[in-house]
Amino acid sequence: MSEGREKVGAGFGPVPTDALQQNRRRSPRFTAPRIDMSHGAGGKATHKLIEGLLLPAFDNPALAPLADAAMLPFGDTSLAISTDSYVVRPLVFPGGSIGELAVNGTVNDLAVSGATPLALSAALIVEEGLETDALAHEIEAMAAAARNAGVSIATGDTKVVERGKADGLYITTTGVGMVDEGLDLSASSVRPGDKVLCSGTLGDHGAAILIARGDLELEAEVLSDTRPLTPLVEALKSVAGQGLRFMRDPTRGGVGTVLNELARDSGYGVALWEERIPVREVVNGACEILGIDPLYVANEGKLLAVMAPDVADRALEALRKVEGGEEAAIIGEIREEPARMVLMHTRFGGARMIDMLVGDPLPRIC
Amino acid sequence: MKYVDEFRNADLARAVSAEIASLVDPKRHYKIMEVCGGHTHTIYRHGIKDLLPDQVELVHGPGCPVCVLPMGRVDEGIAIAERPEVIFTCFGDMMRVPGSKGNLLEVKAEGADIRMVYSPLDALRIARENPDREVVFYAIGFETTAPSTALTLQRAKKEGIENFSVFCNHVTIVPPVRALLDSPDLRLDAFIGPGHVSTVIGCRPYEFMPADYGKPCVVAGFEPLDLMQSVLMLIRQLDEGRCEVENQYGRAVLWEGNLKALEAMSEAFELRPYFEWRGLGFIAQSALKLSPAYADLDAELRYSTPGVRVADPKACQCGEVLKGVLKPPECKVFGTACTPERPLGALMVSSEGACAAYYNFGRKSFEKVEIGAR
Repeated sequence: MSEGREKVGAGFGPVPTDALQQNRRRSPRFTAPRIDMSHGAGGKATHKLIEGLLLPAFDNPALAPLADAAMLPFGDTSLAISTDSYVVRPLVFPGGSIGELAVNGTVNDLAVSGATPLALSAALIVEEGLETDALAHEIEAMAAAARNAGVSIATGDTKVVERGKADGLYITTTGVGMVDEGLDLSASSVRPGDKVLCSGTLGDHGAAILIARGDLELEAEVLSDTRPLTPLVEALKSVAGQGLRFMRDPTRGGVGTVLNELARDSGYGVALWEERIPVREVVNGACEILGIDPLYVANEGKLLAVMAPDVADRALEALRKVEGGEEAAIIGEIREEPARMVLMHTRFGGARMIDMLVGDPLPRIC
Repeated sequence: MKYVDEFRNADLARAVSAEIASLVDPKRHYKIMEVCGGHTHTIYRHGIKDLLPDQVELVHGPGCPVCVLPMGRVDEGIAIAERPEVIFTCFGDMMRVPGSKGNLLEVKAEGADIRMVYSPLDALRIARENPDREVVFYAIGFETTAPSTALTLQRAKKEGIENFSVFCNHVTIVPPVRALLDSPDLRLDAFIGPGHVSTVIGCRPYEFMPADYGKPCVVAGFEPLDLMQSVLMLIRQLDEGRCEVENQYGRAVLWEGNLKALEAMSEAFELRPYFEWRGLGFIAQSALKLSPAYADLDAELRYSTPGVRVADPKACQCGEVLKGVLKPPECKVFGTACTPERPLGALMVSSEGACAAYYNFGRKSFEKVEIGAR
């Protein structure tokens, strides 16, 4: 296509590319005097917090890859373990609630790590004064989500804190799963030419929460996409086998941040095509009003997978047959160049870089 | 999106691109400034540079209200926000703008009650809901946002809401453009006029650009095709030797502007004798303050802000970039000491800031990367 692309890079003088590259690679030191909201957004500031403060202190090989789930050797096989806290506001939103999110989120972290979820623990921090009905609603939502995902909630903890010290209810879930030994899922398995698949429309969860909060007085119907990814992952595994290289669920920070992590960790570039990226019209509209990019908005039931080119089309077909994968699309490709960067061909015919999320467009959405 | 996608049509873009390419004089260099930060954002977001011939260079202007705010005004806002009785409200853009000792996000983490709002009316609602607190709205923006602040002030007065005040940092677009045109190192051929500002002030205020300085100006909309078309209109003017103000954004901009909005502004505001602009220095009659009728709601009077002038960091070259003398990556600290997550200068903060746009979207363009065919 396009004369436009051949022109990329024309007309600009010499630039300190090395300094930029070095800056991107430099292991960050955590220097902020206090934690602010951007440290919880899942973007660059979160990375700095984890890599600059947590990783050096906990230093161990299971943590080091900073994957969605850690792999622990166990006899001849491996166990996967993953944990996540849920602080979403409001507790109930169109398409789901905090309880359902808490189960699906941790199940999904295990599933995209190539593990079959076995059991979860659940820790509840409840604010004094929360109505029992509201709590019961969430407990039932957790039970239903666990049944749906085929896991048990095997242990848990409850704490109550004074009024005003928590916003109704916070939930932390931890999950363990059996690792599928036939798979090698990591950024280092990715090769140039591999295809980037996305299991459906982007930004639904973040947009649903935003609209539910009512700050914007938008009248629009958007449902959160919260769902277990296990059926989608199973479909991919059965079709692609070893051709499945990398999987993530793009939650906080969105697809833009996940692909940047992939680019950085694999050393390759990622090329995207804007016109192929599925986004609901109403989500696009809400993002447009706010000046945020759907690529950075959180999803809670979407899968991003990198596949070998020879299996990608079959994998796409398989995904589309599974509930929740009907709108799956191949949105991009792994490239040799530009190393460690994500570029997008815009629908308009130009190209632009996609960086990691900076700042926090929408706090407390999961 | 209806009425948006039509202005992002790739086929039309290619057609306009081809027409621009056929019109440009291959021996000539066209240096065009887009005054407005919103245009800068569109240019990068849609990769418009890739659709323009080499002879056409777009230079980013001073039209990002966050970026031109001097550090002293940020510090004064922070000083108000730190007062225990105050709920400080501002647009999200302001949260990470660096003051001399930190930004609002950090002050919030230290305990200040700072709330992001989407409209000044949200701030007024917070005041209504918290009668025992003082609610301050940090007003920024060109004539685009000034009318909404004016209407909010009118409503606050009408409702008799006394625990509400406005820290006014509204600026006007014409004086800085005139200052740029007076600058001796200016090498610009034409201007893309700011569309949103013009929905309020109309096109007439730009007539001095062709009349006094011989520079054509096309007032443009914010979709990528709007920008492509305005570039085409400017090239046509330059090639035909015409020099006038044209309105590309006729679907939103009236030649005379929005008289109701102008009326509200003139009731609530008056011109300051001078105001400091980051990187551009003091410019006469370039900003608004609350008129005497609204002195009761003026946070500057209520909190006696000292008006201290704070020098920009030495390494920061925002001024040169704002004037179009330097491109963002030519700044000494671009992408090293100054990044979107740790901005040194304001141009790195706002999504409309030239440096942030360059950093987030545009770095590939000057790294000479070819990402190949599909």
